[in-house]
This record gives sequence, structure tokens and C-alpha cells, in this order.
Amino acid sequence: MYRTQFPRDVFAELDRLQRELQTAFDISPNIRGLARGGFPAVNVGSTQKSVEIYAFAPGVEPGSIDVQLEKGVLTIAGERKAVAPHKDTKATVHIDERFDGRFRRVISLPDDVDPNGVNAKYRDGLLHISVRRREAAQPRRIQIQ
Amino acid sequence: MADNTNITRSDGKRAETALMPPVEVIEDVGGITLYADLPGVPRDKLSLSIEADTVTIEGEVNLDVPEGLEVTHAEVSIPSFRRMFTLSKELDANKIEAELANGVLTLRIPKAEHAQPRKIQVNVG
Repeated sequence: MYRTQFPRDVFAELDRLQRELQTAFDISPNIRGLARGGFPAVNVGSTQKSVEIYAFAPGVEPGSIDVQLEKGVLTIAGERKAVAPHKDTKATVHIDERFDGRFRRVISLPDDVDPNGVNAKYRDGLLHISVRRREAAQPRRIQIQ
Repeated sequence: MADNTNITRSDGKRAETALMPPVEVIEDVGGITLYADLPGVPRDKLSLSIEADTVTIEGEVNLDVPEGLEVTHAEVSIPSFRRMFTLSKELDANKIEAELANGVLTLRIPKAEHAQPRKIQVNVG
């Protein structure tokens, strides 16, 4: 076929396969299923004061992203439009790996999150959601009399 | 629309492991358009280099991490992206245009003028 024009990087491909195998063995199962390879990819972390969610969603209109927090479940939904179809009918697609269409990711958060303390930012294709944790849950030093 | 990104020719240097960004490559009569997903990569952390006929895309993810963050789930395990492509002769590496917007890099690589399709007149003898 006409692939020689833009051959894939074989070493990068092998690299990726190896990494995927590595990560496949240390994932913890989740009741909401594993959406590995789903869009957007999500990283979650927490501090004593907040839960931080990073959703890697490049090329999405910020206004079209819908973030909802209900009963401790965070939902990120939206749509990523395919790149404009070329008017030129002779255009050939050589590699097509990017996601397009509607997406939805659901993340269960710890019980102590405060639904009134949610802050979401979208920059450089990265959605960063910070959810405050309730005061009571934060560890407190207890004075010894 | 974002500003154009500088393209530099750099000396080849082998770097550590990085994620391979998903791409879309579309070819039309005038050249090739490449779209690469680089979420979280700001313009100053993106590097594009052309060496001989190899284009290398590299980017570092800029995460706003609060102090004491303990990661509990990570699908993006390495905060950097890298991918290389080999250009064929009819592509003009000197005229590549790059644009980065909302974490998507768009590269337009035009075909060299001599490689543009030309209509050839057929004379009836």
C-alpha cells in the first residue's frame, strides 16, 4: 500500500507495547471498570486537603466539556470533533489513531469530598479538576494535656 | 488559533522513555497534514526538530501539582511525549508550518514544488 510515505516509528511502537504490558500487571480493578485507553486518559491523586483529577483531553472545545459531581461520583463528558474533512477528495488518510466522537468518563471520589468546593480549569488540552475535602476529614494534631 | 511554533534543526540526542502521542496523518495534493495529541504540553515545552529527513516531535507535560500529592491512579504514567517520522524526498522540510492549540499539534508539510502534480498536455500526433 501507500504507507511508505510516512512509516511508523517501529522502536517507539515496541516501546509502547512494552509499557502497556508493564502497566497491565499493576492495575487495581475498579467496580466501574477499567477504561484504560479510553478518552480522555485520567490521572487521579489526592492531598490531605483535596482530590486532584487530571483529564488529558486535547482538542476539545472548553465550552463543550460537561463536568458533574453527584453523590461522590464525578462525570466528565463531552465531544471531540474530527479534524475538518478535507475538501480535496483526493486526500488520503495514512494514520488514524486519534479519538473522535462523544466521550464520558466516570470517577468515584472519596466520601469526604465537598461538592461545593470544585474547581475546574482547561489549559493546553488538559482538564484539571480540584475537589476540596471536608475539614473533618483532614488530619488534625491533637493537643495532649 | 495559536501562534506558530519555532522549528529548529537540532543535533540528534537520544532521550529517555516517553509516551507515543496518537496522530492522524492526511495527505492531499499539496502536502501532508499531521495532527498529534499532546495534552498538557505548553508551547514552550514543545520541541520540533528536523534532522536529515526525520521530524521529531517532543513535548513535556506541565502539570499543576499541589504539594503533597499522592497519585492513586495514573493512565498517563510518563510526563513526556515523543514521536519521530521520516519524510520522503518530495516533501519540503524547510516549509513546515506548525501550530499548537488546546494540546493538539498541527504540522503542515508541503510537497516540494517539483513534486506538485502537473497536468501534462497530450498532443495528438
